[in-house]
Amino acid sequence: MLAQARGVYQSPEDFLQEVFAHRPPPAKVIWLTGEKKQKATEILGHKPDYLRVRYWADENRSAWILEEIGKTEPITVGLVIVEGKIKRLRVLAFRESRGDEVRHDFFTRQFDDVGLKENNRLDRHIDGITGATLSVRALTKLARLALYLDSLRQPQTAAPS
Amino acid sequence: MRKPGFSSLAALTLGSALTTAPLLASAADSDELKNEIEALKAQNKVIMERLEATAEMIESSDKGGHGHDAMAKNKRSTHHTGSGRTTVGGYGELHYTNLSGEGGASDKKEMDFHRAVLFVGHEFTDKIRFFMEWDLEHASEMELEQAFLEFDIGANTAVSTGVLLLPFGIINETHEPPTFYGVERNPIETYIIPSTWREGGAAVAGKFGKGWGYDVFLTSGMRLDAANGYLVRKGRQFGGEALANDLAGSGRIKWNGLAGLELSVSYLYQADGGQGLDPQLGKTSLISSHVSYATGGFQLRAVYASWNIDGDGPASTGADQQTGWYIEPSYKFNPKVGIFARYNTWDNQAGSSSGSAADTEKTQYNLGANYWPIPDVVLKLDLQQQDNANGENRNGFLMGVGYQF
Repeated sequence: MLAQARGVYQSPEDFLQEVFAHRPPPAKVIWLTGEKKQKATEILGHKPDYLRVRYWADENRSAWILEEIGKTEPITVGLVIVEGKIKRLRVLAFRESRGDEVRHDFFTRQFDDVGLKENNRLDRHIDGITGATLSVRALTKLARLALYLDSLRQPQTAAPS
Repeated sequence: MRKPGFSSLAALTLGSALTTAPLLASAADSDELKNEIEALKAQNKVIMERLEATAEMIESSDKGGHGHDAMAKNKRSTHHTGSGRTTVGGYGELHYTNLSGEGGASDKKEMDFHRAVLFVGHEFTDKIRFFMEWDLEHASEMELEQAFLEFDIGANTAVSTGVLLLPFGIINETHEPPTFYGVERNPIETYIIPSTWREGGAAVAGKFGKGWGYDVFLTSGMRLDAANGYLVRKGRQFGGEALANDLAGSGRIKWNGLAGLELSVSYLYQADGGQGLDPQLGKTSLISSHVSYATGGFQLRAVYASWNIDGDGPASTGADQQTGWYIEPSYKFNPKVGIFARYNTWDNQAGSSSGSAADTEKTQYNLGANYWPIPDVVLKLDLQQQDNANGENRNGFLMGVGYQF
């Protein structure tokens, strides 16, 4: 069966059900204030037009559902992060006319086990797709943003003892 | 045993009062504190609810219904109502050219805001959208670069109609300045694939398998003529009052099923490239192919294109064959700096019947660098050296600045 070129490939709810074996934990929220907003702005290349980011986490992993515009339309991406590394990146919805190749496994698996360097850049190069420059850039930004936000929650998960 | 006297009772009572009063007061205070804490908790809950609601409202209104909350947005997009969404963008580039002519070629020293483009997209529904680009060329000529409606007719298939970009080469469809090396577009995708090449018509585009795509176009076609030496760049009609005596059919199949790789082959056929106005002009066809491969900082682009134009008219000048190719390796050291080299060769009079094909071939070498202070803004510098068969060369350097948003 062919995956459709444009549309919703998987709903965010289904993504979370899959990640957390049908028992997703309650959502938590990170508010983008102060330095967090500044860092998010640096990563996205523009001010985030949202005030907070929702995520889901258990003791092993965190899951993020983020959006960024490619050329004119938002691309919805689901990410799973374990110990500061991306374990899964999946395009959940793609609405642009061009550049949908980023939804394929051959592209998204480049993000497997990718982490952040000190300057909030990915620690591995992501090969692009001709004609899909903006879509590739959008996914790369979201990967960086999710990893950065995940790093903010680390002290919280490590705190109980 | 002596009964306790009044004074003793008084003392006892006073003592008890003194010891229990603080306890009673403390209990009262504790209850009061508990009540206050509960009230504050309730108040805090209300404030948090109002804060969430405010954030939700701000995020929704900021994005015209596409708030940050991907889950909420996802639900909204599947219940699309109202008049849809409109997006705006653009790109442009300023060039400084400093070329010296030799062998009879003139100098070219020029400052040119080559193009300033604005585009508007509007999504009527999830399946019907409109896209339009205005191009102000050389700070004076307004052109319609694209204007089309697109309809999704299946999960993998869309139909477009309007003024469309034809599916040839790399630059014709993706030409925002930060996306390519070199101040000017390469000569092959200027003189052989005459970008920006657009015509009025309709197209079907589809995807299949992993990374396969196809396009089929029916457009107004070329209008080549002797007065312009049958040059293909002069044969574009741009979709405005275009002669449609003989339509052109074209198609492309491409594959980019491997990260960083794109392979593509395109073909155009028109039964009469002169729209029936030139009896010395016949069927016209173009075949082109390109490869683009990028891995790490390295990128390689190569494009080949060749026209075959039947008829005694073009044959008499050698314009019955117009062909060219280039190869461009580049290396990006980091997200801000990249260098490239390009070998270009082309000939708009390559037809053997002219008897002078060797004299019209052009060869150009480019070497340069791009600097991206941010991904959407680029500064460019490149050197140009020509080695044209007729000895008329323009050599020198070009500088440019480009942007997209």
